[in-house]
Amino acid sequence: MQTKSLISITDFTKEEYLKIMRLAADFEANPDQNLLQGKVIATLFFEPSTRTRLSFETAINRLGGKIIGFSDSSSSSVSKGETLHDTIKMVSNYADLIIMRHPMEGSARYASEVSNIPVINAGDGANQHPSQTLLDMYSIMKTQGTLDNINLFLVGDLKYGRTVHSLLMAMLQFENPIFNFIAPAELAMPNEYKLLLASKGIKYYEHDEFTDIINAADIIYMTRVQKERFIDPVEYEKVKNIYILRNEMLKGTKENMRILHPLPRINEIHTDVDDNPKAYYFTQAKNGVYARMAIIAHLLNLK
Amino acid sequence: MEKQLQVSAIKDGTVIDHIPTKALFKVIKILQLEECSQMITFGNNLDSKAMKTKAIIKIANRFFADEEVNKIALVAPNAKLNTIRDYEVIEKRVVKTPKEIFGIVSCFNPKCITNVENIKTRFEVLSNKPITMKCFHCEKITNENEMTYL
Ligand SMILES: [Zn+2]
Repeated sequence: MQTKSLISITDFTKEEYLKIMRLAADFEANPDQNLLQGKVIATLFFEPSTRTRLSFETAINRLGGKIIGFSDSSSSSVSKGETLHDTIKMVSNYADLIIMRHPMEGSARYASEVSNIPVINAGDGANQHPSQTLLDMYSIMKTQGTLDNINLFLVGDLKYGRTVHSLLMAMLQFENPIFNFIAPAELAMPNEYKLLLASKGIKYYEHDEFTDIINAADIIYMTRVQKERFIDPVEYEKVKNIYILRNEMLKGTKENMRILHPLPRINEIHTDVDDNPKAYYFTQAKNGVYARMAIIAHLLNLK
Repeated sequence: MEKQLQVSAIKDGTVIDHIPTKALFKVIKILQLEECSQMITFGNNLDSKAMKTKAIIKIANRFFADEEVNKIALVAPNAKLNTIRDYEVIEKRVVKTPKEIFGIVSCFNPKCITNVENIKTRFEVLSNKPITMKCFHCEKITNENEMTYL
């Protein structure tokens, strides 16, 4: 049986991205659609992630589906030493769709090879988390009206941050993106991405501090700068306060500009930004439910 | 043939020449020659003009498809294959690095699922010299100097 899974953001085509955007808008306008009636969805969280799990389970409930699964591996057969292979084989006989989070990288791709039902990767270690990217794109689409010609500022940990890499890969599919990277040297955007942009003739600029360059932004995408990413703790102390966005810095920014953050935030967006209409991160999280409803409906061919 | 080979000639079969001395046993393993019941002779630390020393393997009555032999490209990129019929070399081939590699090498990423469960590794070869390859599962890149053979 031919099934389609969502493991990496690049598994989807541009047409599929646009379809997800359309479906998400449709679900936002009419959230209670009984498309999953009679269907069983497995949410297998081999490591806990309350935020992601609740978002997916809300999406499933809105669509009228039933949920089986576990929220961390200590309460499942995995703690008895069952292999991922056997867990997936078993569950794919019970459910219509698997949504999984697992600490090992590549685990979701492997599950999609073992499973005869679609798999959605809700995070495989530091590798991929494609539903986050689709909700980020939906947030850009909603606030900018388009995914073309977006001047995107990516800020913070651009080296290890999987969300920024996936968003970059997805935005490459659209017309004339401009990328601005703001990061400490130690957490700079990896060369492979810069080479890819250069090979496609796409403009990118690198900065090591926040200045009024952000006045050109359509989207400022903030990420956490985590202490444990630094080899030298002194380096962390030096940069930890440089990448904090404050309300006063937003004065000259464009009217349409919106601030995104995958959440949870620590201190990289000062709380004085929260009341600014340009702060969009809480709505962005809400958009996640609609984006995930759209992904589920698409993979199960319900729409 | 230009000169008498240092290991005895075969009537029909394959001679794999210009194997780096360090790679001889890896080549034997990759081509699963342990399981081959035909006569196999090999030599190691033989003199070589191009490589100083080299290894050579001769397998009687055994012929290799390109896909099969290209698997050894990772360990013996300059190997040459001579197909022998009735003591004559009827075909000379060089190995080519395949676009995809199944098994043979493990993923260098300790957090990759292929290092935890019993999964055949799979890589997309991104470049040849030096070899870099991307794991199909974890999507991380393994470089030539990070490769460990299974
Ligand atoms: Zn791997």
